[in-house]
Amino acid sequence: MTQTSQISASRQAPGLSLGVVMPWLLSAAALVLLPMVFTANSAITVMNQMAITIIFALAYNMLLGQGGMLSFGHAVYMGVGGFACMHIMNMSDFFAALPLPVLPIFGGLVGMGLAIVVGSFSTRSSGTVFAMISLGVGELIAACSIIIVVFFGGEEGISGDRTYGLPFFGIEFLRQIEVYYLTAFWLMLSALLMFLFSRTPIGRIANAVRDNPERAEFLGYSQRWVRFHSFVASGFFAGVAGALFAINYEILTEENLNLATSGEILLVTFLGGVGFFFGPIIGAIVFTLLRTVLGLETELWALYVGLLFLVTVMYFPGGLAGLLMMHSPAVKMKRLRSLVVPYAKVLVPGAFAIIGAACLIEMVFHLRHAPPGDHQMTLFWISFDSHTILPWTVSAVLLIGGGWLAKRFAPEMANSYHAATSLDGGGA
Amino acid sequence: MELIAVNLIDGLVTGLLLFMLSAGLTLIFSMMGVLNFAHASFYMLGAYFAFQISVFLGFWMGLLIAPVIVGVLGALVERYGLRRVHQYGHVPELIFTFGLALLIEELVQFIWGKSAMPYEIPEILQFTAFSIAGNAIPAYKIFMIFTSVAIFLVLLYILTRTRVGLIIQAALSYPKTVEALGHNVPLVFMGVFGVGTALAGVAGVIAGPVLSTFPGMAFVLGSIVFVTIVIGGLGSLGGALVASLIIGWLTTFSKAYNVRMEDILNGIGFTTPDPIWDSAWRDLWTLTSPQIADILPYILMVLILVFRPYGLFGKRQA
Repeated sequence: MTQTSQISASRQAPGLSLGVVMPWLLSAAALVLLPMVFTANSAITVMNQMAITIIFALAYNMLLGQGGMLSFGHAVYMGVGGFACMHIMNMSDFFAALPLPVLPIFGGLVGMGLAIVVGSFSTRSSGTVFAMISLGVGELIAACSIIIVVFFGGEEGISGDRTYGLPFFGIEFLRQIEVYYLTAFWLMLSALLMFLFSRTPIGRIANAVRDNPERAEFLGYSQRWVRFHSFVASGFFAGVAGALFAINYEILTEENLNLATSGEILLVTFLGGVGFFFGPIIGAIVFTLLRTVLGLETELWALYVGLLFLVTVMYFPGGLAGLLMMHSPAVKMKRLRSLVVPYAKVLVPGAFAIIGAACLIEMVFHLRHAPPGDHQMTLFWISFDSHTILPWTVSAVLLIGGGWLAKRFAPEMANSYHAATSLDGGGA
Repeated sequence: MELIAVNLIDGLVTGLLLFMLSAGLTLIFSMMGVLNFAHASFYMLGAYFAFQISVFLGFWMGLLIAPVIVGVLGALVERYGLRRVHQYGHVPELIFTFGLALLIEELVQFIWGKSAMPYEIPEILQFTAFSIAGNAIPAYKIFMIFTSVAIFLVLLYILTRTRVGLIIQAALSYPKTVEALGHNVPLVFMGVFGVGTALAGVAGVIAGPVLSTFPGMAFVLGSIVFVTIVIGGLGSLGGALVASLIIGWLTTFSKAYNVRMEDILNGIGFTTPDPIWDSAWRDLWTLTSPQIADILPYILMVLILVFRPYGLFGKRQA
């Protein structure tokens, strides 16, 4: 999990250089311009969801990627922060004197407070024991949400109205687009703060503790306190994400606390790549798109995402960001062009194989679970009878043929990758 | 008094069931240092396979065949999944098993659908074994107790009295030395993983008919199993047994006796606020023990972790 991007950045002269500031300026510009490109309300909803997931995933990666702590209960810090904000929204007198954009600070503070309490005993150890404690505490709080009705609102959760806050320069946050800019502002701010945190001495020592706790102790740092600080900071940003969730959806339920949500953020972060700061951002964007697009098309989207996750863990532990960064030497040596053809030779048949496999899965599912007599199904805009032999043959041919071609060209792809990324051009 | 005896039996059934899962989990953990998050998923697979087999061949063949299939699956997962991820470290291993748990749940839904399966107790066992002061004890419960105890005696015998058990025990503490002596340690690991998951499968087969066979059954029991081995002390088989029984009895008794928080608070000397529905503490006042029975294990775990971080029987970390 080397952080090449950070190393190369720190080698540059102190102070702000264009290479460091540029990505931030570009993403800020993108955040401002995106709603002008995608004007539909549904698109803005998806973007809000994405922004919240990005903040949460970045906060989660402060633990997993930067601190080496695997948490199975991080949803509670986001959830409790969100619940607290919802209560603030429902305190009509106090909320009427509070501009809505300030609310995430409160969410963050509550998330941080909870993290201080839990972190005081859970950060004693890392690895498996930490993971188990986080799971237990997460489940405990999630189960409490049914019992402590005053705070968590029982099974129906609690809801509020964001528009009762003090108008912020005349904006009452009635429209989705206004909420979008609020969320985008907090996204930029928290991402920047989290990035800067990773550059502080404590952020650096967190990396040291992750890689070799014993050596860090010999340098005079208590590994427990280093972990505690990362944990508390992560709790703060998770709380901010929770507050934005409360503002955006105006309802929070037990679902925001439970293991499924905690597991989802692990999935998002790992898919994106834990080794790089921008990994969770990619993960959140890809996952939200996958869920929205696949979720519309098929009931089985969770199955595909689960498969994708397992494949990532087994074969690409660096995640998507790791895959991208594998090609940075090729980009630096301007050899990316030589990779296009060999990659296409593998990826295009590979894509056909995946489509074939997905068709087979969908047809089996249709065969088993469709109501009796319902033989018609639609896949990739084609309607057909799932009880005839033709679609099965086509899918099987796609799967086997595509798989065979991809496998056949794979060594060629590996060779050209090595040629493009090694200094002597592969030495061949 | 009679009620206590009934609850003791009920708690014993729950506790032994938990132990069947936590024993395999602990064994795998102390061998490979990896917590198998998907352990409860193998328990679920056991129940589903046994149901499918019982449709064609009856319950007893299910009890015999399903754990074997689950064990083979577990061994394959270890050989082709975990061993590959092992090179990246413990955290990716844990993430791998977590992903596996998600995937198995999705697969089960894919094959059998979302609703519960009509997996029933076999007819031979559908009678009342005996009754205590009018409380009938079904024969199936007695069957569950005997099955799990019998399996443990066999396991204990193998682990402590046979040559295979000796090698396993040695491989637990000194894998490198055992390998140097010419034993195939990766094979031993694969075997232990397979046996551990098969044990979870057996638990699934016998628990399926009583606890209902549905896609969420892994997650319902899964986190409790983790809590169990954390309370007992990671890697301690005896601790797992004690913790399983404690949790079994704790949840059973708090469900059976309706202890109300109001009575306790009144007993200490607080007066009930009136009207109770306006009080900010109303959730505390209306709390009853059946309500919190399911979260008692988690509370116990947090307390144990605060006061005795290495668990009841765990070794203090160096």
